[in-house]
Amino acid sequence: MNIYVLLKKTFDTEEKIIINDGQIEDDSAEFIINPYDEYAVEEAINQRDEHGGEVTVVTIGDEDSDKQLRTALAMGADKAVLIDTEDDLEDGDQYTTTKILEAFFQDREVDLILAGNVAIDEASGQVGPRLAECLGINYVTTITDLKIDGDTANIDKDVEGDVEKIETSLPLLVTCQQGLNEPRYPSLPGIMKAKKKPMEDLEIDDLDLEEEDVEPKTKTVEIFLPAEKEAGKILEGEVEDQVKELVSLLKNEAKVL
Amino acid sequence: MNFELTEEQRMTRNMVRDFANDVIKPRAIDIDREAKFPIDIFKEMGKLGLMGIPFPEEYGGSGGDTISYALAVEEIGKVCGSTGLSYAAAISLGATPIYLFGTEEQKQKYLTPLAKGEALGSFGLTEPNAGSDAGGTKTTAMIDGDEFVINGEKCFITNASFAKTLIITAVTGKDEQGKNIISAIIVPTDTKGVTINSNYEKMGVRGSDTAEIILENVRVPKSNLIGDPQKGFKQFLSTLDGGRISIGALSVGIAQASLNRALAYAKERKQFGKPLSSFQAIQFKLANMAMEAELSRNIVLKAAWLKDNHKSFSKEAAYAKLFASETAVRNADQAIQIHGGYGYMREYEVERFLRDAKLLVIGEGTSEIQRIVIARQLGC
Repeated sequence: MNIYVLLKKTFDTEEKIIINDGQIEDDSAEFIINPYDEYAVEEAINQRDEHGGEVTVVTIGDEDSDKQLRTALAMGADKAVLIDTEDDLEDGDQYTTTKILEAFFQDREVDLILAGNVAIDEASGQVGPRLAECLGINYVTTITDLKIDGDTANIDKDVEGDVEKIETSLPLLVTCQQGLNEPRYPSLPGIMKAKKKPMEDLEIDDLDLEEEDVEPKTKTVEIFLPAEKEAGKILEGEVEDQVKELVSLLKNEAKVL
Repeated sequence: MNFELTEEQRMTRNMVRDFANDVIKPRAIDIDREAKFPIDIFKEMGKLGLMGIPFPEEYGGSGGDTISYALAVEEIGKVCGSTGLSYAAAISLGATPIYLFGTEEQKQKYLTPLAKGEALGSFGLTEPNAGSDAGGTKTTAMIDGDEFVINGEKCFITNASFAKTLIITAVTGKDEQGKNIISAIIVPTDTKGVTINSNYEKMGVRGSDTAEIILENVRVPKSNLIGDPQKGFKQFLSTLDGGRISIGALSVGIAQASLNRALAYAKERKQFGKPLSSFQAIQFKLANMAMEAELSRNIVLKAAWLKDNHKSFSKEAAYAKLFASETAVRNADQAIQIHGGYGYMREYEVERFLRDAKLLVIGEGTSEIQRIVIARQLGC
């Protein structure tokens, strides 16, 4: 089976977001594999171990994105592809990403593409479905179970806490939800082997794309942090008075009643 | 000069950090309180290849370097001193002598299961009357035909109750000047005459197993001798050099954890209407803690780098062990001070850091012994 994983690097969840000149500072930030993409890598490895074939991890990013790809290789993926857009593109959006991936997959034999449900930074959840549309293949989002038998896939899809059972056929794109699996730690032997695994470096030229072809369809108007949370109010006194005060605050101050 | 970690070193550190945070950290309080050796955690670490980081693949190891190993010890030490100590001792003391001085057969037979994490090793040097004065070893190993007959007593031996193999130092004879020849001998723990008791009530690193070993007419084949029969003493001195790097790394972990806890608390806790971190008295403490933790890490990694590059590292290993362990004690102490009354309570964990750190200025060569080692290197 030809299995592909779409992977994005994101800020470490421990990082503090700092905005400078309307841009998010990322100079000293630590990056990780987007946590939902880790489910995708784990699932890809498990499906390969069961059905045979090869797992290729693909990312669009800059030269530092090789770190996250190496980690995926250390977990057990077979090959990695880094599409480096740092020199060619000023900015991009989901359209840009989808277009680049569409060009990348143009002449590749694909059985299964796995992506994260969303990336924890921008959380659009669009790239997977849009790519599947471009490639003309089936897709299911937020999956929590995947069983493949021949060309048939049986899927559990998370629908706001309930489960939808879906049967569909390969080639297929799925996006992975928490609960699908427990991503493994890359083992020491895995880490040592990762260096020897093939990593392909591409630029958009190599995909016969020009900057205009992938120009974003959206414009970021402003980036700002959420308003700081104010300290809560603790009411004191007799319970009856507290209730009265609470009702009055909800009516007059919070204006929710 | 280049201070960048390699890709493998960085990935190893990140993986161990994730593992330590997910698996060890939630249990650190219980490991200390119940003084129970977390054998299941060691099994998981074995599966991840952590028990064999500095050993080659041909002996079941992971083919990593000393720097990766030191980073792993630091990350484990950051969340749990007990687990960190047992981890460092299993590799540096339990397995390394076999790797450095063992015959091919000994490596295949004894090192491979240790490096794969299928068994733990333990190093028995200290005796009731031979601590810093390792030359005063009383345990004897007499040759009888093809066997050694070993008699004696060892104390404060890390991991012995859970070990499959012990490396025991014993007097095997006298040299031309009439001085004792001390050698290291592999003794499987299931050999007749070996008794291992773990009855110590320790101040810190309580979840790390510490045992006494009694050897009564213990017979092992002569082929279990490790390395040169005349130079056993020199050999384990160099084992201790390597061990010092790992104790330094463990100390860095505790020093860093102390800083992390103290800083987070100082930013959150308010007195006189302001966070503690806005008071200069507290700021100066935090500045010192951060600086000393980073300097400790630098010397630990330098000693590890020297070792990886086959350069002499005895002096730097002593610097690393001495400076980092004393930093760990200071930082843990200051972390308690910054926490005030809360710091004295178990729940806040910083008091455990101090109890754990105290072992590090004693074990594997006291601070005083480190100063002697350094002074000798200076030609005193």
